[in-house]
Amino acid sequence: MDPNNLIAVEGLARSFPGPKGAEPVTVFEDLWFAAARGEFVCLIGHSGCGKSTILNILAGIDQPSEGAVIVDGKEATGPSLDRAVVFQSHALMPWMTTIQNIAFAVRSRWPEWPRAKIREHCQTYIDMVHLTGAEDKKPAHLSGGMRQRVGIARALAIEPRIMLLDEPFSALDALTRGSLQDEVLDICAKTNQTTFMITHDIDEALLLADRILLMTNGPRARIAEIVVNTLPKGRTRTDMHRHDNYYPLRNHLIEFLVRRSEALREMVLDVDPRKPPVVFPRADCSAQTPAVVHGATA
Amino acid sequence: MNGSKDLQALTLSVVLLALFLGGWQLAVGGSGTAPQMDPEYAALMGATAKGGSALPTPFDIAKEMWRHISDPFYDKGPNDKGIGIQLAYSLARVLIGYFIAAAVAIPLGFLIGMSPLFYKALDPFIQILKPISPLAWMPLALYTIKDSGVSSVFVIFICSIWPMLLNTAFGVASVRRDWLNVAKTLEVGRLRTAFRVILPAAAPTIMTGMRISIAIAWLVIVAAEMLVGGTGVGYFVWNEWNNLSITNVICAILFIGLVGMVLDQALYQFSKLVTYSE
Ligand SMILES: Nc1ncnc2c1ncn2[C@@H]1O[C@H](COP(=O)(O)OP(=O)(O)O)[C@@H](O)[C@H]1O
Ligand SMILES: [Mg+2]
Repeated sequence: MDPNNLIAVEGLARSFPGPKGAEPVTVFEDLWFAAARGEFVCLIGHSGCGKSTILNILAGIDQPSEGAVIVDGKEATGPSLDRAVVFQSHALMPWMTTIQNIAFAVRSRWPEWPRAKIREHCQTYIDMVHLTGAEDKKPAHLSGGMRQRVGIARALAIEPRIMLLDEPFSALDALTRGSLQDEVLDICAKTNQTTFMITHDIDEALLLADRILLMTNGPRARIAEIVVNTLPKGRTRTDMHRHDNYYPLRNHLIEFLVRRSEALREMVLDVDPRKPPVVFPRADCSAQTPAVVHGATA
Repeated sequence: MNGSKDLQALTLSVVLLALFLGGWQLAVGGSGTAPQMDPEYAALMGATAKGGSALPTPFDIAKEMWRHISDPFYDKGPNDKGIGIQLAYSLARVLIGYFIAAAVAIPLGFLIGMSPLFYKALDPFIQILKPISPLAWMPLALYTIKDSGVSSVFVIFICSIWPMLLNTAFGVASVRRDWLNVAKTLEVGRLRTAFRVILPAAAPTIMTGMRISIAIAWLVIVAAEMLVGGTGVGYFVWNEWNNLSITNVICAILFIGLVGMVLDQALYQFSKLVTYSE
Protein backbone atom coordinates (compact mmCIF):
# COMPACT_ATOMS: atom_id res chain seq x y z
CA MET A 1 0.00 0.00 0.00
CA ASP A 2 1.19 3.45 -0.91
CA PRO A 3 2.04 5.32 2.33
CA ASN A 4 1.10 8.58 0.63
CA ASN A 5 -2.52 7.54 0.58
CA LEU A 6 -4.49 9.12 3.35
CA ILE A 7 -7.65 7.24 2.52
CA ALA A 8 -8.11 4.12 0.43
CA VAL A 9 -10.85 1.63 -0.23
CA GLU A 10 -10.05 -2.00 -0.90
CA GLY A 11 -12.48 -4.34 -2.60
CA LEU A 12 -15.50 -2.33 -1.51
CA ALA A 13 -18.95 -3.77 -2.29
CA ARG A 14 -22.42 -2.94 -1.06
CA SER A 15 -25.61 -4.87 -1.61
CA PHE A 16 -29.08 -4.10 -0.35
CA PRO A 17 -31.76 -6.66 0.37
CA GLY A 18 -34.01 -6.93 -2.66
CA PRO A 19 -37.71 -6.18 -2.53
CA LYS A 20 -39.63 -8.96 -0.72
CA GLY A 21 -38.29 -12.35 -1.71
CA ALA A 22 -36.08 -11.09 -4.54
CA GLU A 23 -32.37 -11.66 -4.21
CA PRO A 24 -30.12 -8.86 -2.91
CA VAL A 25 -29.11 -6.10 -5.29
CA THR A 26 -25.39 -5.42 -5.47
CA VAL A 27 -25.11 -1.71 -6.16
CA PHE A 28 -21.33 -1.72 -6.69
CA GLU A 29 -18.53 -4.20 -6.15
CA ASP A 30 -14.79 -4.56 -6.24
CA LEU A 31 -14.01 -0.88 -5.84
CA TRP A 32 -10.38 0.03 -5.32
CA PHE A 33 -9.23 3.61 -5.16
CA ALA A 34 -7.30 5.99 -2.98
CA ALA A 35 -6.69 9.65 -2.30
CA ALA A 36 -3.25 10.95 -1.41
CA ARG A 37 -2.61 13.59 1.23
CA GLY A 38 -3.69 16.99 -0.06
CA GLU A 39 -5.30 15.51 -3.14
CA PHE A 40 -8.71 16.47 -4.49
CA VAL A 41 -10.51 13.47 -5.95
CA CYS A 42 -13.84 13.64 -7.73
CA LEU A 43 -16.20 10.76 -8.42
CA ILE A 44 -18.45 11.00 -11.46
CA GLY A 45 -21.18 8.59 -12.43
CA HIS A 46 -24.80 8.43 -13.37
CA SER A 47 -27.57 8.78 -10.85
CA GLY A 48 -28.21 5.57 -8.94
CA CYS A 49 -24.79 3.99 -9.48
CA GLY A 50 -24.10 4.17 -5.77
CA LYS A 51 -22.08 7.35 -5.33
CA SER A 52 -23.87 8.51 -2.20
CA THR A 53 -23.62 5.01 -0.78
CA ILE A 54 -19.84 5.09 -1.32
CA LEU A 55 -19.58 8.45 0.39
CA ASN A 56 -21.66 7.25 3.34
CA ILE A 57 -19.36 4.25 3.70
CA LEU A 58 -16.31 6.52 3.59
CA ALA A 59 -17.97 8.67 6.25
CA GLY A 60 -18.66 5.61 8.39
CA ILE A 61 -22.43 6.04 8.49
CA ASP A 62 -22.99 3.01 6.27
CA GLN A 63 -21.16 -0.32 6.34
CA PRO A 64 -19.83 -2.09 3.25
CA SER A 65 -20.96 -5.63 2.50
CA GLU A 66 -17.41 -6.47 1.54
CA GLY A 67 -14.07 -4.74 1.61
CA ALA A 68 -12.67 -2.06 3.86
CA VAL A 69 -11.97 1.64 4.16
CA ILE A 70 -8.38 2.36 5.18
CA VAL A 71 -7.58 5.74 6.71
CA ASP A 72 -3.92 6.47 7.27
CA GLY A 73 -3.02 2.78 7.23
CA LYS A 74 -5.74 1.68 9.67
CA GLU A 75 -9.12 0.20 8.89
CA ALA A 76 -11.93 2.63 9.67
CA THR A 77 -15.14 0.97 10.79
CA GLY A 78 -17.25 3.86 12.02
CA PRO A 79 -17.68 7.60 11.75
CA SER A 80 -14.87 9.85 12.91
CA LEU A 81 -14.20 13.53 13.41
CA ASP A 82 -11.25 12.98 11.03
CA ARG A 83 -13.71 12.77 8.17
CA ALA A 84 -16.13 15.67 7.79
CA VAL A 85 -19.12 15.44 5.50
CA VAL A 86 -20.89 18.13 3.50
CA PHE A 87 -24.30 16.69 2.73
CA GLN A 88 -26.19 17.11 -0.51
CA SER A 89 -29.16 18.58 1.33
CA HIS A 90 -27.06 20.77 3.66
CA ALA A 91 -28.44 18.90 6.73
CA LEU A 92 -28.33 21.96 8.96
CA MET A 93 -30.37 21.84 12.16
CA PRO A 94 -33.23 24.27 11.43
CA TRP A 95 -33.65 25.24 15.09
CA MET A 96 -30.06 26.42 15.34
CA THR A 97 -28.58 29.62 13.98
CA THR A 98 -25.56 29.64 11.68
CA ILE A 99 -23.11 29.97 14.52
CA GLN A 100 -24.95 27.42 16.68
CA ASN A 101 -24.82 24.88 13.86
CA ILE A 102 -21.09 25.35 13.52
CA ALA A 103 -20.54 25.50 17.28
CA PHE A 104 -22.35 22.18 17.65
CA ALA A 105 -19.64 20.62 15.50
CA VAL A 106 -16.78 22.52 17.13
CA ARG A 107 -17.93 21.53 20.62
CA SER A 108 -18.09 17.91 19.49
CA ARG A 109 -14.47 18.15 18.38
CA TRP A 110 -13.11 20.07 21.36
CA PRO A 111 -15.54 19.57 24.26
CA GLU A 112 -13.11 21.17 26.71
CA TRP A 113 -12.94 24.52 24.94
CA PRO A 114 -14.51 27.50 26.71
CA ARG A 115 -17.43 29.31 25.11
CA ALA A 116 -15.43 32.31 23.97
CA LYS A 117 -12.85 30.18 22.21
CA ILE A 118 -15.55 28.18 20.41
CA ARG A 119 -17.21 31.39 19.31
CA GLU A 120 -13.99 32.82 18.01
CA HIS A 121 -13.14 29.61 16.16
CA CYS A 122 -16.62 29.52 14.55
CA GLN A 123 -16.26 33.14 13.49
CA THR A 124 -13.03 32.37 11.64
CA TYR A 125 -14.80 29.83 9.46
CA ILE A 126 -17.92 31.95 9.04
CA ASP A 127 -15.68 34.70 7.70
CA MET A 128 -13.83 32.20 5.52
CA VAL A 129 -17.01 31.22 3.66
CA HIS A 130 -18.13 34.86 3.49
CA LEU A 131 -21.10 34.60 5.81
CA THR A 132 -20.08 37.44 8.09
CA GLY A 133 -23.28 39.08 9.31
CA ALA A 134 -25.42 35.96 9.02
CA GLU A 135 -24.19 34.42 12.30
CA ASP A 136 -27.50 34.64 14.10
CA LYS A 137 -29.81 33.70 11.25
CA LYS A 138 -31.60 30.38 11.14
CA PRO A 139 -31.33 28.25 7.97
CA ALA A 140 -34.91 29.11 6.98
CA HIS A 141 -33.78 32.73 6.57
CA LEU A 142 -30.75 31.90 4.42
CA SER A 143 -30.60 31.34 0.67
CA GLY A 144 -29.66 27.92 -0.73
CA GLY A 145 -26.10 29.04 -1.38
CA MET A 146 -25.71 30.45 2.10
CA ARG A 147 -27.00 27.24 3.68
CA GLN A 148 -24.48 25.22 1.74
CA ARG A 149 -21.79 27.65 2.90
CA VAL A 150 -22.77 26.98 6.50
CA GLY A 151 -22.51 23.26 5.75
CA ILE A 152 -19.00 23.79 4.36
CA ALA A 153 -17.98 25.96 7.30
CA ARG A 154 -19.29 23.33 9.71
CA ALA A 155 -17.20 20.66 8.00
CA LEU A 156 -14.06 22.82 7.80
CA ALA A 157 -14.38 24.07 11.38
CA ILE A 158 -13.59 20.69 12.89
CA GLU A 159 -10.32 20.73 10.92
CA PRO A 160 -10.83 17.27 9.48
CA ARG A 161 -8.09 15.35 7.72
CA ILE A 162 -10.49 14.47 4.92
CA MET A 163 -13.50 16.34 3.59
CA LEU A 164 -16.25 14.32 1.95
CA LEU A 165 -18.69 16.23 -0.23
CA ASP A 166 -21.82 14.71 -1.79
CA GLU A 167 -22.92 16.82 -4.76
CA PRO A 168 -22.78 19.88 -2.53
CA PHE A 169 -23.68 22.40 -5.22
CA SER A 170 -26.15 20.46 -7.34
CA ALA A 171 -29.22 22.20 -5.94
CA LEU A 172 -27.84 25.71 -6.54
CA ASP A 173 -28.22 28.09 -9.45
CA ALA A 174 -25.26 28.41 -11.81
CA LEU A 175 -24.05 31.76 -10.49
CA THR A 176 -24.08 30.71 -6.85
CA ARG A 177 -22.50 27.40 -7.74
CA GLY A 178 -19.68 29.19 -9.51
CA SER A 179 -18.82 31.42 -6.60
CA LEU A 180 -18.95 28.53 -4.15
CA GLN A 181 -16.66 26.48 -6.38
CA ASP A 182 -14.19 29.37 -6.36
CA GLU A 183 -14.31 29.48 -2.58
CA VAL A 184 -13.77 25.75 -2.23
CA LEU A 185 -10.88 25.92 -4.70
CA ASP A 186 -9.36 28.77 -2.74
CA ILE A 187 -9.78 27.11 0.66
CA CYS A 188 -8.43 23.77 -0.52
CA ALA A 189 -5.40 25.42 -2.07
CA LYS A 190 -4.69 27.38 1.11
CA THR A 191 -5.21 24.53 3.56
CA ASN A 192 -3.98 21.65 1.38
CA GLN A 193 -7.16 19.83 2.39
CA THR A 194 -7.59 16.23 1.27
CA THR A 195 -10.99 16.14 -0.37
CA PHE A 196 -13.27 13.55 -1.91
CA MET A 197 -16.21 14.95 -3.82
CA ILE A 198 -19.11 13.49 -5.73
CA THR A 199 -20.42 15.50 -8.62
CA HIS A 200 -22.12 15.11 -11.94
CA ASP A 201 -20.95 18.47 -13.19
CA ILE A 202 -17.99 18.00 -15.55
CA ASP A 203 -16.73 21.58 -15.33
CA GLU A 204 -16.87 21.41 -11.56
CA ALA A 205 -14.73 18.28 -11.61
CA LEU A 206 -12.24 19.83 -14.04
CA LEU A 207 -11.94 22.99 -11.96
CA LEU A 208 -11.49 21.30 -8.59
CA ALA A 209 -10.18 17.79 -9.00
CA ASP A 210 -6.67 16.47 -9.37
CA ARG A 211 -8.05 13.09 -10.39
CA ILE A 212 -11.51 12.06 -11.53
CA LEU A 213 -12.86 8.57 -10.95
CA LEU A 214 -15.39 7.42 -13.51
CA MET A 215 -18.00 4.90 -12.44
CA THR A 216 -19.96 2.61 -14.72
CA ASN A 217 -23.70 2.38 -14.37
CA GLY A 218 -25.18 0.15 -11.72
CA PRO A 219 -26.08 -2.37 -10.57
CA ARG A 220 -22.68 -3.98 -9.95
CA ALA A 221 -21.03 -0.67 -10.79
CA ARG A 222 -17.23 -0.47 -10.91
CA ILE A 223 -14.56 2.14 -11.37
CA ALA A 224 -14.11 2.14 -15.14
CA GLU A 225 -11.29 4.60 -15.47
CA ILE A 226 -9.27 7.19 -13.64
CA VAL A 227 -8.81 10.49 -15.47
CA VAL A 228 -5.88 12.63 -14.40
CA ASN A 229 -6.64 16.31 -14.67
CA THR A 230 -4.03 17.63 -17.07
CA LEU A 231 -4.97 21.29 -16.54
CA PRO A 232 -2.30 23.29 -14.70
CA LYS A 233 -2.64 24.07 -10.99
CA GLY A 234 -3.87 27.57 -10.26
CA ARG A 235 -6.57 27.32 -12.94
CA THR A 236 -9.66 29.44 -12.48
CA ARG A 237 -13.22 29.09 -13.65
CA THR A 238 -12.76 31.88 -16.16
CA ASP A 239 -9.48 30.83 -17.72
CA MET A 240 -9.45 27.04 -17.63
CA HIS A 241 -11.42 26.62 -20.85
CA ARG A 242 -8.69 28.49 -22.75
CA HIS A 243 -6.16 25.80 -21.96
CA ASP A 244 -5.39 23.37 -24.80
CA ASN A 245 -6.15 20.35 -22.65
CA TYR A 246 -9.59 21.58 -21.63
CA TYR A 247 -11.57 20.27 -24.60
CA PRO A 248 -9.84 16.90 -24.82
CA LEU A 249 -10.58 16.42 -21.12
CA ARG A 250 -14.12 17.64 -21.35
CA ASN A 251 -14.91 15.59 -24.44
CA HIS A 252 -13.45 12.53 -22.84
CA LEU A 253 -15.69 12.92 -19.79
CA ILE A 254 -18.81 13.69 -21.80
CA GLU A 255 -18.13 10.77 -24.07
CA PHE A 256 -17.84 8.59 -21.01
CA LEU A 257 -21.07 9.79 -19.43
CA VAL A 258 -23.07 9.67 -22.64
CA ARG A 259 -21.92 6.40 -24.11
CA ARG A 260 -19.20 4.46 -22.41
CA SER A 261 -20.56 4.35 -18.86
CA GLU A 262 -23.14 1.85 -20.09
CA ALA A 263 -20.96 0.00 -22.61
CA LEU A 264 -18.09 -0.34 -20.17
CA ARG A 265 -20.23 -2.25 -17.72
CA GLU A 266 -19.50 -5.39 -19.68
CA MET A 267 -15.96 -4.58 -20.84
CA VAL A 268 -14.65 -3.52 -17.47
CA LEU A 269 -15.06 -7.04 -16.16
CA ASP A 270 -11.86 -8.00 -18.00
CA VAL A 271 -9.87 -5.28 -16.29
CA ASP A 272 -8.10 -5.81 -12.97
CA PRO A 273 -10.41 -3.89 -10.61
CA ARG A 274 -7.42 -2.95 -8.45
CA LYS A 275 -5.78 -1.10 -11.30
CA PRO A 276 -8.33 0.63 -13.47
CA PRO A 277 -6.85 2.27 -16.58
CA VAL A 278 -5.46 5.73 -15.95
CA VAL A 279 -5.88 8.25 -18.76
CA PHE A 280 -4.27 11.65 -19.33
CA PRO A 281 -6.41 13.41 -21.95
CA ARG A 282 -4.18 16.02 -23.66
CA ALA A 283 -4.22 18.24 -26.68
CA ASP A 284 -1.01 16.72 -28.05
CA CYS A 285 -2.57 13.29 -28.35
CA SER A 286 -5.16 12.65 -31.01
CA ALA A 287 -8.61 13.19 -29.62
CA GLN A 288 -9.83 9.63 -30.16
CA THR A 289 -7.05 7.88 -28.31
CA PRO A 290 -6.02 9.68 -25.18
CA ALA A 291 -2.92 8.36 -23.49
CA VAL A 292 -3.78 5.31 -21.48
CA VAL A 293 -1.50 3.82 -18.91
CA HIS A 294 -2.69 0.44 -17.89
CA GLY A 295 -2.11 -0.60 -14.36
CA ALA A 296 -0.40 2.58 -13.20
CA THR A 297 -1.52 4.42 -10.12
CA ALA A 298 -1.10 8.09 -10.78
CA MET B 1 -54.38 45.82 5.74
CA ASN B 2 -54.24 42.99 8.25
CA GLY B 3 -55.44 45.31 10.99
CA SER B 4 -58.60 46.21 9.09
CA LYS B 5 -59.31 42.49 8.53
CA ASP B 6 -58.95 41.94 12.27
CA LEU B 7 -61.31 44.83 12.92
CA GLN B 8 -63.87 43.41 10.48
CA ALA B 9 -63.69 40.02 12.14
CA LEU B 10 -64.09 41.60 15.57
CA THR B 11 -67.09 43.61 14.42
CA LEU B 12 -68.67 40.48 12.97
CA SER B 13 -68.02 38.60 16.22
CA VAL B 14 -69.72 41.33 18.23
CA VAL B 15 -72.69 41.41 15.82
CA LEU B 16 -73.08 37.62 16.01
CA LEU B 17 -72.91 37.73 19.80
CA ALA B 18 -75.51 40.50 19.91
CA LEU B 19 -77.82 38.55 17.59
CA PHE B 20 -77.41 35.42 19.68
CA LEU B 21 -78.05 37.22 22.97
CA GLY B 22 -80.99 39.12 21.46
CA GLY B 23 -82.53 35.90 20.14
CA TRP B 24 -82.03 34.27 23.51
CA GLN B 25 -83.62 37.18 25.34
CA LEU B 26 -86.63 37.11 22.99
CA ALA B 27 -87.09 33.36 23.23
CA VAL B 28 -86.78 33.16 26.99
CA GLY B 29 -87.63 36.47 28.58
CA GLY B 30 -90.62 37.36 26.39
CA SER B 31 -94.23 37.08 27.48
CA GLY B 32 -94.07 33.29 27.35
CA THR B 33 -96.11 31.70 30.12
CA ALA B 34 -96.61 28.25 31.49
CA PRO B 35 -99.24 27.06 28.97
CA GLN B 36 -96.61 27.29 26.20
CA MET B 37 -94.59 24.66 28.03
CA ASP B 38 -94.93 20.98 27.64
CA PRO B 39 -97.07 20.02 30.66
CA GLU B 40 -94.81 17.12 31.67
CA TYR B 41 -91.77 19.35 31.49
CA ALA B 42 -93.55 21.99 33.55
CA ALA B 43 -94.36 19.37 36.14
CA LEU B 44 -90.73 18.28 36.16
CA MET B 45 -89.56 21.83 36.67
CA GLY B 46 -91.94 22.13 39.60
CA ALA B 47 -91.91 25.36 41.50
CA THR B 48 -89.47 27.19 39.28
CA ALA B 49 -91.80 26.76 36.35
CA LYS B 50 -94.28 29.26 37.60
CA GLY B 51 -94.68 32.50 35.66
CA GLY B 52 -92.19 32.99 32.82
CA SER B 53 -89.89 30.46 31.27
CA ALA B 54 -87.61 28.52 33.60
CA LEU B 55 -84.62 29.36 31.45
CA PRO B 56 -82.73 32.44 32.57
CA THR B 57 -82.26 35.44 30.35
CA PRO B 58 -78.79 36.61 29.32
CA PHE B 59 -79.22 39.38 31.84
CA ASP B 60 -79.77 36.85 34.64
CA ILE B 61 -76.63 35.05 33.54
CA ALA B 62 -74.62 38.25 33.50
CA LYS B 63 -75.77 39.13 37.01
CA GLU B 64 -74.93 35.65 38.26
CA MET B 65 -71.56 35.64 36.50
CA TRP B 66 -70.76 38.90 38.19
CA ARG B 67 -71.72 37.47 41.55
CA HIS B 68 -69.35 34.51 40.95
CA ILE B 69 -66.51 36.70 39.75
CA SER B 70 -66.82 39.18 42.59
CA ASP B 71 -66.63 36.44 45.22
CA PRO B 72 -65.06 33.34 43.73
CA PHE B 73 -63.47 31.82 46.82
CA TYR B 74 -66.14 31.68 49.52
CA ASP B 75 -66.63 28.39 51.33
CA LYS B 76 -69.93 27.71 53.09
CA GLY B 77 -69.76 23.98 53.57
CA PRO B 78 -69.46 21.04 51.17
CA ASN B 79 -72.40 22.00 48.95
CA ASP B 80 -71.71 25.69 48.66
CA LYS B 81 -68.25 26.72 47.57
CA GLY B 82 -67.23 29.57 45.26
CA ILE B 83 -66.70 28.74 41.59
CA GLY B 84 -63.03 29.77 41.97
CA ILE B 85 -62.48 27.04 44.56
CA GLN B 86 -64.24 24.44 42.41
CA LEU B 87 -62.24 25.41 39.34
CA ALA B 88 -59.04 25.29 41.39
CA TYR B 89 -59.83 21.73 42.49
CA SER B 90 -60.45 20.66 38.91
CA LEU B 91 -57.38 22.44 37.61
CA ALA B 92 -55.17 20.92 40.28
CA ARG B 93 -56.38 17.40 39.40
CA VAL B 94 -55.92 18.03 35.71
CA LEU B 95 -52.45 19.48 36.09
CA ILE B 96 -51.20 16.78 38.47
CA GLY B 97 -52.54 13.94 36.30
CA TYR B 98 -51.33 15.65 33.16
CA PHE B 99 -47.78 16.28 34.36
CA ILE B 100 -47.40 12.76 35.71
CA ALA B 101 -48.63 11.51 32.33
CA ALA B 102 -46.12 13.74 30.54
CA ALA B 103 -43.32 12.50 32.80
CA VAL B 104 -44.17 8.94 31.81
CA ALA B 105 -45.25 9.41 28.20
CA ILE B 106 -42.39 11.53 26.90
CA PRO B 107 -39.48 9.30 28.03
CA LEU B 108 -41.42 6.16 27.09
CA GLY B 109 -42.33 7.68 23.72
CA PHE B 110 -38.64 8.47 23.19
CA LEU B 111 -37.77 4.84 23.81
CA ILE B 112 -40.50 3.58 21.50
CA GLY B 113 -39.55 6.06 18.81
CA MET B 114 -35.87 5.15 18.95
CA SER B 115 -36.26 1.41 19.10
CA PRO B 116 -38.33 -0.55 16.58
CA LEU B 117 -38.12 -3.50 18.98
CA PHE B 118 -39.81 -1.59 21.81
CA TYR B 119 -42.32 -0.21 19.36
CA LYS B 120 -43.29 -3.69 18.23
CA ALA B 121 -43.36 -5.04 21.78
CA LEU B 122 -45.51 -2.26 23.23
CA ASP B 123 -47.78 -1.76 20.24
CA PRO B 124 -50.41 -4.41 21.17
CA PHE B 125 -50.80 -2.93 24.67
CA ILE B 126 -51.17 0.59 23.32
CA GLN B 127 -53.69 -0.54 20.71
CA ILE B 128 -55.90 -2.15 23.37
CA LEU B 129 -55.54 0.51 26.08
CA LYS B 130 -55.89 3.59 23.90
CA PRO B 131 -59.55 3.23 22.83
CA ILE B 132 -60.81 2.63 26.40
CA SER B 133 -62.93 5.52 27.66
CA PRO B 134 -61.01 6.95 30.60
CA LEU B 135 -64.16 6.88 32.73
CA ALA B 136 -64.29 3.11 32.39
CA TRP B 137 -61.25 3.04 34.66
CA MET B 138 -63.09 4.91 37.39
CA PRO B 139 -64.62 1.95 39.31
CA LEU B 140 -61.31 0.13 39.26
CA ALA B 141 -59.54 3.27 40.43
CA LEU B 142 -62.05 3.86 43.24
CA TYR B 143 -61.78 0.25 44.31
CA THR B 144 -57.99 0.16 44.40
CA ILE B 145 -57.16 3.75 45.38
CA LYS B 146 -60.18 4.31 47.67
CA ASP B 147 -59.97 8.08 47.28
CA SER B 148 -62.20 9.91 44.86
CA GLY B 149 -59.78 12.84 44.34
CA VAL B 150 -56.82 10.60 43.57
CA SER B 151 -59.04 8.43 41.36
CA SER B 152 -59.93 11.49 39.27
CA VAL B 153 -56.24 12.29 38.97
CA PHE B 154 -55.65 8.72 37.81
CA VAL B 155 -58.36 9.03 35.18
CA ILE B 156 -56.76 12.24 33.94
CA PHE B 157 -53.40 10.48 33.84
CA ILE B 158 -54.84 7.64 31.76
CA CYS B 159 -56.59 9.88 29.26
CA SER B 160 -53.71 12.30 28.74
CA ILE B 161 -50.98 9.72 28.35
CA TRP B 162 -51.91 8.37 24.89
CA PRO B 163 -51.67 11.46 22.68
CA MET B 164 -48.37 12.42 24.30
CA LEU B 165 -46.98 8.91 24.04
CA LEU B 166 -47.94 8.39 20.42
CA ASN B 167 -46.89 11.86 19.28
CA THR B 168 -43.54 11.61 21.02
CA ALA B 169 -42.88 8.18 19.51
CA PHE B 170 -43.88 9.43 16.07
CA GLY B 171 -41.84 12.64 16.36
CA VAL B 172 -38.76 10.77 17.53
CA ALA B 173 -39.08 8.06 14.89
CA SER B 174 -39.41 10.57 12.09
CA VAL B 175 -36.42 12.77 12.90
CA ARG B 176 -34.63 13.39 9.59
CA ARG B 177 -31.89 10.83 8.89
CA ASP B 178 -29.61 13.65 7.78
CA TRP B 179 -29.58 15.24 11.23
CA LEU B 180 -28.81 11.94 12.90
CA ASN B 181 -26.05 11.35 10.36
CA VAL B 182 -24.55 14.75 11.17
CA ALA B 183 -24.47 13.77 14.83
CA LYS B 184 -22.91 10.43 13.94
CA THR B 185 -20.16 11.90 11.79
CA LEU B 186 -19.37 14.34 14.59
CA GLU B 187 -19.10 11.41 17.03
CA VAL B 188 -21.77 12.94 19.25
CA GLY B 189 -22.71 10.67 22.17
CA ARG B 190 -26.16 9.12 22.58
CA LEU B 191 -27.29 11.41 25.36
CA ARG B 192 -26.14 14.58 23.64
CA THR B 193 -27.79 13.42 20.39
CA ALA B 194 -31.02 12.80 22.28
CA PHE B 195 -31.07 16.23 23.90
CA ARG B 196 -29.49 18.40 21.23
CA VAL B 197 -30.80 16.77 18.05
CA ILE B 198 -33.74 14.42 18.59
CA LEU B 199 -35.56 16.41 21.27
CA PRO B 200 -35.55 19.76 19.44
CA ALA B 201 -36.37 18.02 16.15
CA ALA B 202 -39.35 16.20 17.66
CA ALA B 203 -40.42 19.06 19.96
CA PRO B 204 -43.16 20.47 17.70
CA THR B 205 -44.77 17.03 17.32
CA ILE B 206 -44.47 16.40 21.06
CA MET B 207 -46.09 19.79 21.77
CA THR B 208 -48.99 18.91 19.48
CA GLY B 209 -49.53 15.78 21.57
CA MET B 210 -49.37 17.84 24.75
CA ARG B 211 -52.02 20.23 23.45
CA ILE B 212 -54.33 17.38 22.49
CA SER B 213 -53.80 15.82 25.92
CA ILE B 214 -54.60 18.93 27.93
CA ALA B 215 -57.78 19.46 25.91
CA ILE B 216 -58.90 15.87 26.52
CA ALA B 217 -57.98 16.07 30.22
CA TRP B 218 -60.11 19.18 30.65
CA LEU B 219 -63.02 17.48 28.88
CA VAL B 220 -62.72 14.38 31.03
CA ILE B 221 -62.33 16.05 34.42
CA VAL B 222 -65.87 17.46 34.28
CA ALA B 223 -67.36 14.05 33.64
CA ALA B 224 -65.12 12.41 36.25
CA GLU B 225 -66.14 14.89 38.94
CA MET B 226 -69.80 14.49 38.09
CA LEU B 227 -69.31 10.80 38.68
CA VAL B 228 -67.41 10.90 41.96
CA GLY B 229 -68.79 14.13 43.42
CA GLY B 230 -67.32 16.03 46.33
CA THR B 231 -65.46 18.94 44.80
CA GLY B 232 -64.55 20.36 41.42
CA VAL B 233 -66.36 22.15 38.67
CA GLY B 234 -67.93 18.93 37.37
CA TYR B 235 -69.48 18.35 40.78
CA PHE B 236 -70.56 22.00 40.85
CA VAL B 237 -72.47 21.58 37.58
CA TRP B 238 -74.17 18.44 38.83
CA ASN B 239 -75.00 19.98 42.18
CA GLU B 240 -76.54 23.06 40.56
CA TRP B 241 -78.58 20.79 38.30
CA ASN B 242 -79.89 19.05 41.41
CA ASN B 243 -80.67 22.49 42.81
CA LEU B 244 -82.44 23.20 39.51
CA SER B 245 -80.36 26.33 39.11
CA ILE B 246 -80.02 26.47 35.33
CA THR B 247 -78.44 29.90 35.66
CA ASN B 248 -75.55 28.46 37.61
CA VAL B 249 -75.22 25.52 35.22
CA ILE B 250 -74.84 27.97 32.33
CA CYS B 251 -72.36 30.07 34.31
CA ALA B 252 -70.31 26.93 35.00
CA ILE B 253 -70.38 26.00 31.32
CA LEU B 254 -68.97 29.41 30.45
CA PHE B 255 -66.24 29.13 33.08
CA ILE B 256 -65.30 25.66 31.86
CA GLY B 257 -64.99 27.00 28.34
CA LEU B 258 -62.88 29.95 29.46
CA VAL B 259 -60.47 27.84 31.48
CA GLY B 260 -60.14 25.33 28.63
CA MET B 261 -59.29 28.16 26.28
CA VAL B 262 -56.67 29.54 28.66
CA LEU B 263 -55.04 26.11 29.01
CA ASP B 264 -54.88 25.64 25.27
CA GLN B 265 -53.54 29.14 24.66
CA ALA B 266 -50.85 28.69 27.31
CA LEU B 267 -49.59 25.55 25.59
CA TYR B 268 -49.89 27.20 22.21
CA GLN B 269 -47.63 30.04 23.33
CA PHE B 270 -45.17 27.50 24.65
CA SER B 271 -45.26 25.47 21.44
CA LYS B 272 -44.39 28.58 19.43
CA LEU B 273 -41.06 28.64 21.27
CA VAL B 274 -40.08 25.21 20.00
CA THR B 275 -41.39 25.25 16.44
CA TYR B 276 -38.91 25.77 13.65
CA SER B 277 -39.32 26.29 9.94
CA GLU B 278 -37.16 24.50 7.43
N1 LIG C 1 -31.09 1.87 2.17
C1 LIG C 1 -31.23 1.37 0.92
N2 LIG C 1 -31.96 0.26 0.70
C2 LIG C 1 -32.09 -0.25 -0.54
N3 LIG C 1 -31.53 0.27 -1.64
C3 LIG C 1 -30.79 1.38 -1.49
C4 LIG C 1 -30.59 1.99 -0.21
N4 LIG C 1 -29.79 3.09 -0.38
C5 LIG C 1 -29.51 3.13 -1.70
N5 LIG C 1 -30.09 2.12 -2.36
C6 LIG C 1 -29.99 1.84 -3.80
O1 LIG C 1 -28.66 1.96 -4.16
C7 LIG C 1 -28.53 2.59 -5.42
C8 LIG C 1 -27.52 3.71 -5.33
O2 LIG C 1 -28.01 4.76 -4.55
P1 LIG C 1 -27.16 6.09 -4.32
O3 LIG C 1 -25.89 5.70 -3.64
O4 LIG C 1 -28.02 7.06 -3.64
O5 LIG C 1 -26.87 6.55 -5.81
P2 LIG C 1 -26.27 7.93 -6.36
O6 LIG C 1 -25.85 8.77 -5.21
O7 LIG C 1 -25.14 7.51 -7.24
O8 LIG C 1 -27.35 8.56 -7.17
C9 LIG C 1 -29.89 3.07 -5.82
O9 LIG C 1 -30.35 2.23 -6.86
C10 LIG C 1 -30.74 2.88 -4.60
O10 LIG C 1 -32.01 2.42 -4.94
MG1 LIG D 1 -26.56 10.72 -4.55
